[in-house]
This record gives sequence, structure tokens and C-alpha cells, in this order.
Amino acid sequence: MRSTSRPRRAAVLATAVLASSALLLTACSSSGDKGGSDGASSAAGEKITLTVGDFGTFGYKEAGLYDEYMAAHPNVTIKADTTQDGQKYWDALTTHLASGSGLSDIQAVEVGYIAQATGTLGDKFTDLGKTEGVNASAWLPWKSKQATTAKGALIGLGTDIGPMAVCYRKDLFQQAGLPTDRAEVAKLWAGDWAKFVDAGKQYQAKAPAGTFFTDSASGLFNAALSAQTQQYSDDSGKLVYKDSPGVKKAWDVAVSASQAKISAGLRQFQDNWNSAFANAKFATVVCPSWMTGIISKYSGDSGKGKWDIAAPPVASNWGGAFLTVPKAGKHQKEAAALAAWLTAPEQQAKVFTKVGNLPSTTAGLELPAVQSAKLDYFGDTPTGQIFASTAKGIQPAPIGEQDGTVKTIITDNGVLDIEEHGTDPAKAWANVVKLVEDKVNG
Amino acid sequence: MATSIRAAAEDGSAPTTAPGGSRTPAAPQRSDRRSRLYRLDLKASPYAYIAPFFLCFAAFGLFPLIWTGWLSLHRVDLLNQDVMDWRGVDNYTRLWDTDQFWTALRNTFTIGVISTVPQLLMALGLAHLLNYRMRGRGFLRVAILAPYATSIAAATLVFVQLFNPDYGMINWLLSTVGIDRTDWYSETWPSQIAISTIVTWRWTGYNALIYLAAMQAVPKDLYEAASLDGASRWQQFTKVTVPSIRPTILFTIIVSTIGATQLFGEPLLFGGGVGVSGGSAHQYQTLGLYMYELGWPSRQLGRASAVAWTMLLILLLVGAVQMLIARRNRTKLGG
Repeated sequence: MRSTSRPRRAAVLATAVLASSALLLTACSSSGDKGGSDGASSAAGEKITLTVGDFGTFGYKEAGLYDEYMAAHPNVTIKADTTQDGQKYWDALTTHLASGSGLSDIQAVEVGYIAQATGTLGDKFTDLGKTEGVNASAWLPWKSKQATTAKGALIGLGTDIGPMAVCYRKDLFQQAGLPTDRAEVAKLWAGDWAKFVDAGKQYQAKAPAGTFFTDSASGLFNAALSAQTQQYSDDSGKLVYKDSPGVKKAWDVAVSASQAKISAGLRQFQDNWNSAFANAKFATVVCPSWMTGIISKYSGDSGKGKWDIAAPPVASNWGGAFLTVPKAGKHQKEAAALAAWLTAPEQQAKVFTKVGNLPSTTAGLELPAVQSAKLDYFGDTPTGQIFASTAKGIQPAPIGEQDGTVKTIITDNGVLDIEEHGTDPAKAWANVVKLVEDKVNG
Repeated sequence: MATSIRAAAEDGSAPTTAPGGSRTPAAPQRSDRRSRLYRLDLKASPYAYIAPFFLCFAAFGLFPLIWTGWLSLHRVDLLNQDVMDWRGVDNYTRLWDTDQFWTALRNTFTIGVISTVPQLLMALGLAHLLNYRMRGRGFLRVAILAPYATSIAAATLVFVQLFNPDYGMINWLLSTVGIDRTDWYSETWPSQIAISTIVTWRWTGYNALIYLAAMQAVPKDLYEAASLDGASRWQQFTKVTVPSIRPTILFTIIVSTIGATQLFGEPLLFGGGVGVSGGSAHQYQTLGLYMYELGWPSRQLGRASAVAWTMLLILLLVGAVQMLIARRNRTKLGG
């Protein structure tokens, strides 16, 4: 038994190779069968399942649109996969796009990342401009432009836009001795976000115990930045955030708010922030139209009728998204048709009246259902009018590929760091620059 | 299949003397071949039986390891992995110069210590208690494993609620004994303690069961002799139990160290939206999270791979140190 002659070793090797190839063969054949049957099912008229991946609240399910579409198309089953955190959603989506697997038939893309989708990732999406019934000019001109690649392919259909207002709690304003009428409230800060911080100091002086004027300095940063025509990147898509007057202005607003301690210091879209809504911890939240859905969801019954909406200091857009159809999907044609239907004016209007996401199509904005809309949760507030009129004043800024990354670092590692740890703003900014250099320059 | 084996077997008939063979040269060819096949079966089969593991390891362990090492010497974009620019050791030297890497290394170490040490001590104590004769012992032994069976995500989400600085139960309990509001999310030590709590909660029972198994193997006579000599329970524990299961303790220390170095899920989920960067000031970002942040949100696969390899090297280093200590202890005992 001790000796190991060469021929035996060869025999051992042969056996091992054979055993392993048998394993591999069975593995291959089983996956091959699966691919075959999936391919066959996409034939017209057969039952197919379309998956929709999105984040936050797109409102399609809430407005019953999936059910409506499935009723009209008996062969289509729609499955939705929703992630709460937009950042995590995008990280997962880019990974799936890179590997070409794990993708939904329709994938939503947030406006902060649309430049990355049209740029580096441009080839991974189908050109929806060629879909039947899609006309790029149906959307607000800047909305369609954002989703068009350099080669002229329209890879995203605009869902909503985010004209901004300020949502405030009437009960807390009253207790702090501030006006509660929405016109009066808007006058407190009209014209400049710096005035909004001043109003905050006024509130904080007589604030009900344990409450803050606003939810987060990062939210304020986003709001103030959105009003700027020069943001993180210049027209050519180059990062200029370091010298951008827009970023400087927004940073200063956020820093002064956090130093005046008028913010609850929460990170938006996190559990803690969600529960703070229910507990009435803050009196205002900068609310793009899509935020109204979030407010009603988390404030719940206890907050019903207590929220109102006032005009913002400056008209601007924050957020909004697009629906894309990745090329790796199995049912691209059907997915494109569904995406086109979901983003058509009538459907956009239905979503708006249900969860508050404002239409991004010109026709959708003009629909009476939108113009005269009142959200049940906000009482008699003419939400449709407030948001639609702000929409007209929006001055879009150029978006670059790295905007989303820079924004995350500024809000999560810059502003939030100041709020949570009282870090010196100059030091926090130096840290932001260092982190951006590290993350952007591979 | 049959042909190639026969070919190999016939090939094997070339040498004239087989080791240990007692056959006569006149033996018929057929039985000769059969005995050869039989011997081949004896020797080769074990390799064939274990081959699947090593093949899987080669495909899913070794290859990714080497590929990661290769990637770590390049600049690679996550979204465009076909393009690889040679970087040499730049990715590694750059780590050396990055504050965030050192923060992550320090956090991994501190979280590792404050989760592993109490965890193993508690496991040892629990195992000792479970080793007594008592009612419901079987039930308790199974129950102790329940946290380990819980998914990280589920457990972490519950702990996030418990540690909520404003509405959580922990701060409420602390306030009843007069301790002020602690910000478990944003302050460095509280957040690290909170994460360690989750790790400890999940793994204590698991380690306790391993200790218990080792304790069962300790001869009962030793305890009887000890109690005859008048040793108390505690003395029996420190003088008999612990020395007897020393190799098991070393094993759990090594396994826990590996787990602590790779800590990822708990801090990621604990941090919610800021989990990827380990909090606004990276106060609980571990090496695993830093690797993820570089590789996915920042799309720099090459640098992420460099972190992965650095983690491996650190583990090997720690393993070597532990081995040295163990060896020294053993010679001390032996001498």
C-alpha cells in the first residue's frame, strides 16, 4: 500500500476527471432545458410575467394600474419588486446590469442617475423612442432630453417630476406662534432658502418640547441645490461641484440650519425618519410632489388633516424618475408597451391623485384631474394647482454621470456628519472632497 | 467511461511486479486483471468520492481567489469589466494612504473584540450550566441554538428598532435607571456596541453547543476525583473543564476571528441608508463594508479586490499568531 506507482496515479486522475465531467454535464443539461422553455413562452398571445423593479413609492399598485392593465391584457401578469432606499436600489441595479442577470423587465431609474444610464450604461437599455405610441415630445422637453443618449436613443420614459413645495404641520406651527394659513406661511420664506432657516429659528424659539422645525439638513441641502442652475456638473458633464456656486449656496444653507439646531438631524428615507413622522417630531419637510405620498403613509391617521402645503422659497425640481427596459429582459416588446402605458398622461394623472407623483407629460399636467386635484390626506389644499404651477417655473440644471455619487457623499458623509457629530463644517467639506476624489477617480 | 478505465488499468499492467502482490506468474490473465481492478478501486475510489468537494472548491473558492488577486492589480470598472488597466501594486499602496481604510481596519478590530470576547465567555458559561443534570436540558440545548437559526436580516431589523435612540426599548430601559439618551446610531462606541450585541446574540448559542459537545467528552472520573479532593464547582470548572477543552476553545477563537474579520451584514443593515459607508463618519464601517463600498457604489472592482486580499492576508497573519501562541502553550503544558 505504501508505493504509489505512476500508472495508478493516472488511473486515479482518470476516475476523478470522469466523475467531475459527469457532474458538469448534468449541471449544464439541466440549465439548458430551463433556458429553452423560457424562450418558448415569449411567443405572442402566451401567458407571460412582466416584472417591474422600482424604489420608494411609484404608486402604480396603489392606483390599481397593474390590475387595470392585467384586466385589459389577460395574457400578462405583472409582478412588482419595490425597494425603499433609492441608493441601495441603484447599487443593486448597476450590478445586475453589469452581469446582465437578475433584472426586471422594467427598471425605474432616478433622475440623479439618469446621466449614468444614458452614458456608460447606454447600450444596456432598449431605445423606447421606437415603441409604438411613444412620442418623446409628449413629455416636458427637459425631461425627455435627460433620458436621451448621445446617439439619440430615448432609453427612459419619464414617470413623474418633483416640483417642490414645503409641507408643514399646522398644529405645530400654531403652538410655536407661527401663522398657519398657507399664503402667510409662504411669505415667511419667500425668495430665499436662507429665509427658511430664519423662520426655523423663529419656530425653535417657541417650539413645542422635543420638536424641530425641519426633518433633516440633508433634505434642506437637496432642496436648496435643486433651485440652482449650476449643480454638480457643467454642460459637458464634467464634475465642477467644488467650485459650483450652487453647491456652495446649498451647503451654506444646510450648515446654518444644522448649526442653528432647527433640524431633527435625521437621515431621510430611513426607519428613524419614518417613525418621526408618526411621532410629529418635526414641523416641516421640503416636499416635492412625490413626497406627499410618503407623508401620508408614515404620518398615518394621527397626522391626517394636520399637514398643509405652502409654496417654496424658490421654484425648483427635486427628483422624479424614468422607466427603462433593459436589453437583458426576456420580454422587451411587452415591457416597452407596459412602460409606455404606465407613463401615458391618463395613468400619470391617476398616480398623482392617489400618491401625489406629479405628471411629467405636458398633457398630463393640463388634465383637469390634476389641475383641480386635492389629496384627501391634505384636506382642502389645492395640491394639483400648487405643484403644477411650480412645475412651470423649473429651470433644469445639467446632470453629470457622477452627480448621484457626489450627492450621496455630500448629504450622508458631509451634512449628516455635521448634524450628528457637530463636525466643523470646513473639516466636513474637506472630507467630502477627499471622499469624492477617492470614489470617483478609480 | 469503461474504456478509459480499462486503458488506464492495462497501462498499469506494464510493471512486472506489483507491490505486495502474492500472485504467481502463472496466474490466469483474467483474475490478474480483476485483482488489479479491485486494488485500483480500493485506492482510487476515495479520491473520486471527495473529488466533488475539491472541484467545487476549485471552481468557487480557488478560482475566485486567484481572479480577485489578479483584479487587485488592475483598474477595473464594475460596469465594464472587459477593460483592465494594469496598476501593479498601486491599489495596495493607495490603501495604505487612505484614512478610510485605517478607520475600517480599526473598526473591524474593535467590533471584533467587543463581540468575540464576551460571546465566547458567555458561551463557555452557558455550556457549563447546560452540562449539569437538570430538567428540560434537551429543550434548553435546542433553544440556545435558535438565534443562530434566525436570519441576519430579521435579527438586525429587530435590533435596529430596539436601539432606536428616540423610540427604542433599550433607551427607555436605560432611562428608568437614570441614564440619559444614548445615540446608538451615530456615536462611535454606542453604535459599535449595538452591532456587537447583534453578533453576540446570534453566535453565543452556537459556540455554547460546541463547548458543550467538548465538555461531554471530559471523563466523569476527573470530576469525581476533584470533588473528593474538595474542589468547588467553580474550581472544577477552572481546573478541570477549561483545561480539558482547550483545543475546542482555540478552534472557536479561530472561527470567531474569521467571522469578525468578515463582518458585513449586521453593520450594513444596522446602518439602513447610510449602512454602506458605515455611518456618516464611517463610525462603524468594517473592512467588509469598505470593500463593498469601493466595489459597488464606487464601481472600482480593482481596489475592492485589493481590500479583499488585504483582509485575507490579515487573517493569515492573525492565524499564524494564534498558532504560535497555541504551540507555546502546548510545549509549556508538555514540559
